[in-house]
Amino acid sequence: MDIKRENILHLASLSEFSLSEAEINKLGEDLKDIIKYISQLDQLKTDNVEPTYQVFEMENIWRNDEIIPQDAEREMLLALTKEEQDHQIKVPKVL
Amino acid sequence: MKIANKKITAERLVRDALKKAKHFADYNIFTFINEENAIKKAREIDEKIAKGEKVGKLAGVPYALKDNFLTPEGETTASAHILQGLTSPITATAVAKLEAEGAIMIGRTNLDAFAHGSSTENSYFGPTLNAYDKERVAGGSSGGSAVAVALDIVEFATGTDTGGSIRQPASFNGIYGLKPTYGCISRYGVVAMASSTDCIGFFTKTPDDMDLLMSIASGQDPKDMTTLPDYYNESDAKNERKPHKIGVIKEFDNESVNSEIRRALKEKCELLESKGHKIIELEMPSLKYALSAYYIIVPAEVASNLSRYDGIRYGFRSENSTSLDSLYDHTRSEGFMPENKRRIMIGNFVLSSGFYDAYFLKAAKARTLIIKEYEKAFSKVDYILSPVAPNPAFKLGEKVNDPVAMYLEDVMSVSLNLAGVPGLTIPAGRTKTDLPLGLQLVGPRRSDKKLIEFAKELI
Repeated sequence: MDIKRENILHLASLSEFSLSEAEINKLGEDLKDIIKYISQLDQLKTDNVEPTYQVFEMENIWRNDEIIPQDAEREMLLALTKEEQDHQIKVPKVL
Repeated sequence: MKIANKKITAERLVRDALKKAKHFADYNIFTFINEENAIKKAREIDEKIAKGEKVGKLAGVPYALKDNFLTPEGETTASAHILQGLTSPITATAVAKLEAEGAIMIGRTNLDAFAHGSSTENSYFGPTLNAYDKERVAGGSSGGSAVAVALDIVEFATGTDTGGSIRQPASFNGIYGLKPTYGCISRYGVVAMASSTDCIGFFTKTPDDMDLLMSIASGQDPKDMTTLPDYYNESDAKNERKPHKIGVIKEFDNESVNSEIRRALKEKCELLESKGHKIIELEMPSLKYALSAYYIIVPAEVASNLSRYDGIRYGFRSENSTSLDSLYDHTRSEGFMPENKRRIMIGNFVLSSGFYDAYFLKAAKARTLIIKEYEKAFSKVDYILSPVAPNPAFKLGEKVNDPVAMYLEDVMSVSLNLAGVPGLTIPAGRTKTDLPLGLQLVGPRRSDKKLIEFAKELI
């Protein structure tokens, strides 16, 4: 399928990053090649085949509804952020 | 492996490893050297030994840690700019288990950023060089870990394998590398790439070392709901009935596979036959589609898993942003490597409305067929022996600008991750130009211990 400039910009926007002009051109070419390759799957017959999303022999795992101590204290986690004020993470204005 | 005792001190082992790490600095193996802490820990173990106190099964054993395992020792960056500055307050379960037995981390190893890659060239810190040829790639994504073991700097190293990231660098550097059954080792505290295929594993110089590490690291973890109930140490590998039936995959025996790799496979098959085992040719036509399915499913999971990196809570934060939205945008634009961006965008493409059925759903169905094909294969044979990758280590820069060419290096390794089955890379000689060759031994789910035991038949 054809990947247009607007498709690349839309995917970058969904991905929450911006691209330089050079990146738009290079990633556009790359994505075209990759999508062409993965489109080979069209040739595989999958009628009446159920999809698989995970390979863990999953069963519901139950536990009592209790508070379990966590490995990291609040202070340790706050120490990882760039800006902190009054025990809260400081970010630029939202609105 | 050498374990500390009254004659060889832990400090000696650790200092030797640190010295070798410095000696091989030009290979760009480590993102962090844990000198001070490692020596301190070694001295504590030596004191215990001197007092006659009990020490662990890995007392004083120096090891290298892939830089996507969280521990408070050094920054955990996953070789990505966006995680720089993150010193974790928590310790990954796998690391806690190794260290409880006395293993000592001497350094964190380089990888393709977020483990996205097959050559370690996608690292923010530059590529790691192959242990046998400095003009060639180490393989990836766990390139630093593989080279640290291959150059004998450490006794073992940790890795993660989402589509071949342990087995392929092990093969490129002539050592053992195990991707266990999905869910065998806890992933708590390991940077997530694709949650339905990510596995923790090891690089070692011998099958026995691998068995020892697996006996320690495997098992159910309440902190990781996708760990299987303990089975590794209950497996009875020694009393296996012999001889075995070994499958070779017909579709992998073609001109696109390097002739020296095909020769190595033939020689190992002859060795097995000389020991009374039977070689059986298998037809596995769905494997042809494994790479396409993998490069749909994994980017989809990558796009989801990497959406959490926003510069707010930890790691790199872009400066001079005037709004929250621009902070996210700038941080992610500056913090990800090109391959991270490619995978996130492909993931968002295959998940987007209009394309979901044609790509993501189709790939999930292909995954079912691949799983069934492995089940059918293991109804006929005990193990499968196959190449790990179509070529030995390639030249630095050869494929880095052509993503599809790079992805094709994964064509023989990814199907195991989609099916959740274990695979062990074994060394298989050298090319005429002295590059290591490797093969992978594949078994049904939960056959990890038997696989390691059987690998001894191939020496």
